[in-house]
Amino acid sequence: MRRLVALALLLSACGGQSGEYAQQSQIPPEAIQSGYTFLQPETQALQDDDFANPGFLWVDKGETLFNQIPETGAPACASCHAADNRPLSGVAAHYPVMDEETGKLMNIEARINACRERHQDLAPLDHESDALLGLTAYVASLARGVPISVNIDGPARNYYEAGKDYFFLRKGQFNLACSQCHNDNWGKKLRGDTISQGHGNAFPAYRMEWQTFGSLHRRLRDCDSGIRAEPLDYGSATYMAVELYLAKRAEGLAMESPGVRR
Amino acid sequence: MIRISAPDTATAGEIIELKAMIQHPMETGYRRDSKGETIPRNIIKQFRCTYDGNIIFEGEFFPGIAANPFLTFHARATRTAMIEFSWTDQHGERWSEERLLTVS
Amino acid sequence: MQTGHKKQTRQLLTRRAILASTAAVAVGSFLAPAAFATPEDADQAIRELFGDRPINEGRVTVTLPPIAENGNSVPVGVTVTSPMSEDDYVKQIVILSPRNPIATIARFQLGPHAGRADISTRVRMAGTQTLRVVAEMSDGTLWSGTGSTYVTLAACIIG
Repeated sequence: MRRLVALALLLSACGGQSGEYAQQSQIPPEAIQSGYTFLQPETQALQDDDFANPGFLWVDKGETLFNQIPETGAPACASCHAADNRPLSGVAAHYPVMDEETGKLMNIEARINACRERHQDLAPLDHESDALLGLTAYVASLARGVPISVNIDGPARNYYEAGKDYFFLRKGQFNLACSQCHNDNWGKKLRGDTISQGHGNAFPAYRMEWQTFGSLHRRLRDCDSGIRAEPLDYGSATYMAVELYLAKRAEGLAMESPGVRR
Repeated sequence: MIRISAPDTATAGEIIELKAMIQHPMETGYRRDSKGETIPRNIIKQFRCTYDGNIIFEGEFFPGIAANPFLTFHARATRTAMIEFSWTDQHGERWSEERLLTVS
Repeated sequence: MQTGHKKQTRQLLTRRAILASTAAVAVGSFLAPAAFATPEDADQAIRELFGDRPINEGRVTVTLPPIAENGNSVPVGVTVTSPMSEDDYVKQIVILSPRNPIATIARFQLGPHAGRADISTRVRMAGTQTLRVVAEMSDGTLWSGTGSTYVTLAACIIG
């Protein structure tokens, strides 16, 4: 505990600013690297193994659900999104997007639940349920290898700014901003780990810490808990905004979901 | 969910690699939830692989086997037959999947 | 040496307990209980399985990563030198830990139809340790090998 507090103090001192926000640092575009780079070779090999990567248990589940006609007889996802009609290959690399119907930002999970309500007359799936994680993983897997690029023009701009704001906001008992680890100190050691740049391109991902598969929002909740700040709700507008900011910040990085992380 | 990797065909006498993975938390019984209550142990106890009805490989699992158990092992192809992979948890619930191996 | 390990574990637990109570998040750790096996427990597990039969060093190769960034899932491979013929084969492979709550991690039964005594799985390791693998041959002889992994501590303890 003492060591962690000392670390927090050290990191806040490195921030060089005593205000509410950390300094507006940036990773040079040519230095942007996936969290994959910072993993042990065995963990990288697990992600790269299309059989042994446990994330594929969820991708398989999602693919089954995607093609299955729901019990109510409503059309399956695949009835609208066939290979030759509104195909979903690559689209996850461009999420989150603005939802024209509600004027709100939505990620893949929110899009899936909106589709269920609007086109399938089904109840939304619970956050972190196998079904929602599976469908999200399946859709994200269709964008594997596609470089991330998102639109932050127009009404999305406000979300982008809000996400950026959260990223640089110092918070929690450790008074740390996301940027202080992931912009200012990536590549350095923090106990046994090498600090990553904090990109979301592997998510939803299998985390060994969780011993299961989880969403980017679950990861963000862990980051917030880690700095002893209050985690926000799954699907909250702020986490959606952070997701957009992270995607813009990671632009050009290839999608890796289903990723494997420590 | 279950994932199986097994070749569809093999020549007689060939040694084939089999891989099997099943979604399961392999809850150790040592963790606690947010209220401080112990999460009860919930693990798969047995894995069995039969080929043409004969057991060729078996595993007895303890809580030290990681979540979503993953196994690789081998078999000698002898004749065209079903390979069955099955898992049984501590409560007796069983999951299984089959693959046909065609031997020439 | 082992006492040192145990002490370190207890300190970690205390730290975790404090963090968990302040952060009010799910306490999720394989390390939660205080009861851990010792090398003696692993020896005891071997005695229960094989009695006092002599165990030879050799014929068993254990493959583990030098560093595991999370002890929840560590890949382990075991290869036993054997012709795997009808009358000379590996009957059983047992993976043992000197440091997990339960010494026995898994037992595998093989036969001549396996063709090759070469298996792999993923195991939990409650900290840096040397796993011991014992193989029982069809002639009743016992052989063993070991493999070690450093299990590193994560930067951010969530619960």
